[in-house]
Amino acid sequence: MKTYDVAIIGAGVTGTSIARELARYKLDIALFEKEEELAFGVSKSNSGIIHPGIQNSPDSLKGRLCVQGNFLIRDLSKELNIDFKEVGELIVAFNEEEIRELLRLKKEAEVLGVPRLKIVDKTWLRQNEPNLNAEAVAALYAPTAGIISPYRLVYGLAENAVRNGVEIFTETKIENIIYSKPNFEILASKGLFRSRHVINSAGLFADEISKMLGIDYFKIRPRKGEEFILDKKKESLIHHLILPLPSKTSKGVIIIKTADGNPMIGPTAEDIEDKEDLSTSDSGFNKVLSSARRLIPSINDKDIIAYFAGLRPVAGDDFIINHENKAPGFINVAGIQSPGLTASPAIALLVANILKDNGLEIKKKFIFHAHRKGTIHLFQSPLLKIEKIIKKDPSYGDIVCRCEMVSAKEIKDAVKKGAKTMDGVKFRTRAQAGRCHGSFCATRIMKILAEERKILVTSVTKRGKGSEIVKEDRFCFQE
Amino acid sequence: MVKRDLVIVGGGPAGMAAAVSAHENGVKDILLIERDRYLGGILNQCIHTGFGINYFKEILTGPEYADRFIKKVRDMLDIEVSFNSIVVKLASDKTVTFLKPGRLETVKAKAIIMATGCREKTREMVHIQGSRPAGIFSAGLAQKLINIEGLLPGKEVVVVGSGDIGLIMARRFVMEGARVKAIIEIQKESRGLLRNMVQCVEDFDIPVYFNHKISRIFGKSRVEKVSVIRVDDSFNEIPGSLFEIQCDTILMSVGLISENELIDMAGIRIEENKTSVPGIFVCGNSFKIYDIVDTVTKDSFLVGKLAANYITNQ
Repeated sequence: MKTYDVAIIGAGVTGTSIARELARYKLDIALFEKEEELAFGVSKSNSGIIHPGIQNSPDSLKGRLCVQGNFLIRDLSKELNIDFKEVGELIVAFNEEEIRELLRLKKEAEVLGVPRLKIVDKTWLRQNEPNLNAEAVAALYAPTAGIISPYRLVYGLAENAVRNGVEIFTETKIENIIYSKPNFEILASKGLFRSRHVINSAGLFADEISKMLGIDYFKIRPRKGEEFILDKKKESLIHHLILPLPSKTSKGVIIIKTADGNPMIGPTAEDIEDKEDLSTSDSGFNKVLSSARRLIPSINDKDIIAYFAGLRPVAGDDFIINHENKAPGFINVAGIQSPGLTASPAIALLVANILKDNGLEIKKKFIFHAHRKGTIHLFQSPLLKIEKIIKKDPSYGDIVCRCEMVSAKEIKDAVKKGAKTMDGVKFRTRAQAGRCHGSFCATRIMKILAEERKILVTSVTKRGKGSEIVKEDRFCFQE
Repeated sequence: MVKRDLVIVGGGPAGMAAAVSAHENGVKDILLIERDRYLGGILNQCIHTGFGINYFKEILTGPEYADRFIKKVRDMLDIEVSFNSIVVKLASDKTVTFLKPGRLETVKAKAIIMATGCREKTREMVHIQGSRPAGIFSAGLAQKLINIEGLLPGKEVVVVGSGDIGLIMARRFVMEGARVKAIIEIQKESRGLLRNMVQCVEDFDIPVYFNHKISRIFGKSRVEKVSVIRVDDSFNEIPGSLFEIQCDTILMSVGLISENELIDMAGIRIEENKTSVPGIFVCGNSFKIYDIVDTVTKDSFLVGKLAANYITNQ
């Protein structure tokens, strides 16, 4: 049996960031994911904000890694060819007392090194954010805040990691881990694996993985967040990320610009028990809508095209990133909730350093392919560019998803790059993510998936086994 | 840039009627843009009967009804149809930009008729809470899966809403051997045509729950059950009336919305069948939601004539 140098458990943004960072070195790396595709866990419902680093305590890991991550994501997104937009954020105040709170936040963030912060007044807000509630009196403006597609980031990281030699195992659930010095024996649903080091980035299930090695000083509590997506025609509703003053448990309901164009509003923050409970509620719906309208009063519930819930993996107030002496070579990377996406490149660097400090000899590879060819998305392209794209390859003119303008070629490419399910296609291309929810294009996408993957159309699933879209093929009856 | 007298967006019943009418009224240079590989639009998946009773005084299926107009359009050689073509931009200078395999084209027209149809409301639009598993379909998607693709979406079905497509699909599922366990309607009476209540529901003994709504969807991978609650005439929930229905499939038939995003995004307002831009017209379900296609045909003929007059008077 092959002995890996590093095994990473969980292929969300944390796991794939670590895999891609470690892929620079002469190491045998395995990345395990229990779901059918990557980014199907916590990362699935990430809102794609690259936070500037405000609202974290200066002495926390979150604070330090968020500021560093915001800086690192710029080069990373260029290398991976993923669109990152520095749109800036506004934390809005409605009275004198709230302005004092903004000043406190500003001071704290400056200690952490958040650059170019300033307080903007009512006139500035009027000019730059005309749909904002007219009662807003001032805002803390952080120009370094940005947006990125969490899916395109995870898939870009994973693709580049694979190009540099990382092996990814999907649908591979870790059942048990045994430390038998100096290696870890990993019992997975797809067989037995052995690795010298194990990195636990298992999101909501990180506590259960850690417990397998008798390390149980933390517990992951799921914190549910319900979010809405607005119709793409509302793309210019806002020009920055708009935030209220934060509460203790969350940053509040935010009006979010997204890399895909559709504004998003949310999330709520509710501590729950069930790690698989992604249901939405009437109370969540009403809370998001009323909180969002306090910031942007003109939000119309008719423009809400989708809502969903995600779970944050909470383990106390801060991230847990520790080498565990009880099982030398085992590193917990747990409780990676907001600002986890922003911090992920910095987390990856920190983990690489922890490995070095604990005796992993790492040498740079002679050749590391840092750059990745980007994917083409018509919805991101101006018409003139679309014209050229279609001329070069006619199948880009064969539109499958009309609400979001996604071509057959983009969907086929997504499948070639690893999309196996309807959700996987949606996350990669946005097909079915628009106002009709796939009513018009689902059949065509199912057929493309079946054809490209050489499976029966009845085996096409929404997000893995058990979620098959249809029950029977009527043309198969030949009695 | 290519110039045309009349551009019609959408080759369903409305677009075809408008094209035929404009042609009959003297317009000879017509481009009909259709996103699919065939004309007829949604009629093609409506294989039940009931079409044409008013217009043709005959009982036809959807494809038969469509076929009458497809033949007319084909016979009018001045009407050019561009298939597999999707309009991505409408502008108030009366230009239309569309994509098709191999090219992007912008056409400038003297007049434009938008006949882009409608879409179905989703569960989100009627605020149905719960989980988001596989097995939730709009009635139209289920219709396409069964009638066009030959695929059976599910075997134990709950229909939400009593719109016509929902009622027709309830019957269709029964005929395919599935069990339709309930039709849940929040209002006190059906929203569909009386004939559909009789022919699709009563004749097939499908239980209908008026004054009821779905309170929650359950199931992680696939739909497992729904909870249903009774409401009063103002839609307030009646405490103690909650019950559950096991099912693997939910069909949403809670209404249609006109597809007017191209017009909206161009900053154009709809004013009856006309718009705030002289020479841009709207007809069919993209103008308003119709009960029967016969009326769509009749009204779209008038719009075709309006556009023809507009072009003549220029």
